[in-house]
Amino acid sequence: MAASSRAQVLRLYRALLRESQRFSGYNYRTYAIRRIRDAFRENKNVADSAKIEELLKKAKANLEVIQRQDVSFFHIPL
Amino acid sequence: SGRASDGSGAPRPLYMDVQATTPLDPRVLDSMLPYLTAYYGNPHSRTHAYGWESEAAMENARRQVADLIGADSREIIFTSGATESNNMAIKGVARFYKSRKKHIITTQTEHKCVLDSCRSLETEGFRVTYLPVKKNGLIDLKELEAAFQPDTSLVSVMTVNNEIGVKQPIHDIGEICRARKVFFHTDAAQAIGKIPMDVNNMKIDLMSISGHKIYGPKGVGALYVRRRPRVRLEPLQSGGGQERGLRSGTVPTPLAVGLGAACEVAQQEMEYDHKRILQLAERLVTKIMNEVPDVVMNGDREHRYPGCINLSFAYVEGESLLMALKDVALSSGSACTSASLEPSYVLRAIGTDEDLAHSSIRFGIGRFTTEEEVDYTVQKCIQHVKRLREMSPLWEMVQDGIDLKSIKWTQH
Repeated sequence: MAASSRAQVLRLYRALLRESQRFSGYNYRTYAIRRIRDAFRENKNVADSAKIEELLKKAKANLEVIQRQDVSFFHIPL
Repeated sequence: SGRASDGSGAPRPLYMDVQATTPLDPRVLDSMLPYLTAYYGNPHSRTHAYGWESEAAMENARRQVADLIGADSREIIFTSGATESNNMAIKGVARFYKSRKKHIITTQTEHKCVLDSCRSLETEGFRVTYLPVKKNGLIDLKELEAAFQPDTSLVSVMTVNNEIGVKQPIHDIGEICRARKVFFHTDAAQAIGKIPMDVNNMKIDLMSISGHKIYGPKGVGALYVRRRPRVRLEPLQSGGGQERGLRSGTVPTPLAVGLGAACEVAQQEMEYDHKRILQLAERLVTKIMNEVPDVVMNGDREHRYPGCINLSFAYVEGESLLMALKDVALSSGSACTSASLEPSYVLRAIGTDEDLAHSSIRFGIGRFTTEEEVDYTVQKCIQHVKRLREMSPLWEMVQDGIDLKSIKWTQH
């Protein structure tokens, strides 16, 4: 993988994990972290640059999903 | 996560009741938010952009649902949930063909809404055969074949049972029905997105889908209605003719979008989720059964969906165990029937003894369940089963070698 690509992947990976820590829901938080790690691990040997491009796009989209979540709704009293 | 809503300050229980309902997947919430805020148009408004963008979202969701089950999007009708879908399918098909067909076949372990729909049809003059199930919870295919009559219009068998997790032989049932040109309906609420479903492969003519069982929103579901060969239905709900005239009413765009997204996510995650859930389920069952004797798993060991585990703990009262496991959210059977004190009719149908039926607990493992939660649940379960058995005079008698079935209990 090209050096810039590799740096990009690592940056995204770290950003995804960091954003996932913001989930105050235990189940969401643990799922996000676990799923991100497993997905990156699963794809670590992908060589085809078009595939890498596609995966990076997906990762970026997922990062934006997490960033948009207002990570806790547990404050609402009943 | 968070404190208990009763103000006690205690942490909230672990959630192990996914058959009752599931949390929204964050990806599903994300897909719905725009339609709950910015794009609020009625999808049936034909004259402006608010309508057009809402309609586009609804049709995209329809396609996502169809893709999950191998159907065409024109075959998907949005409903308020699987209960409505079941009512529509059963009553709708029966009533449409009633001039020539008056007989329906279903099973004794179906969801209440299916059984109740059938009972209501009986008051309209239809005849219904409620097939029994074997001890393992599966129907006997020979009995199914023998049940057909010349005027049978519909067979309804659920794919995965919500109480004991058994998986019926849908392929075989589809074959049998197709050969006899009888429509086959399946309540797939607990199955879709978790196991591969293909309406053509499995020769399914009608399928009920529930949003909130697959990490989608509550209040929405769908009914798959085959177009070739054409299945006709008498609609339950009259009105403006939406959803091909089969289900009038404004389609709730945010909910439909959520259902579609849930289906798409489920399709992507099916293999990963299944592998994990199988692993966690085996961990839970093995650990409990290794530590505690006299535990029965209800339903076939093999033909099942692993995330739904129903165990009976002999000599322990189910409600007491549930109360003792107060920091784990569990159930002793279907949410629809647990308000009454009757033991589950599903357990009765598989031949479970009365006392074992009262000792059953259903463990639900889902996409968001962690290994730590399984281990904690197992540990607490073992601890309390042992404690409750220590206090049980029945257990004491069993330990002394007394056969409880030989005892003649006297009235006082």
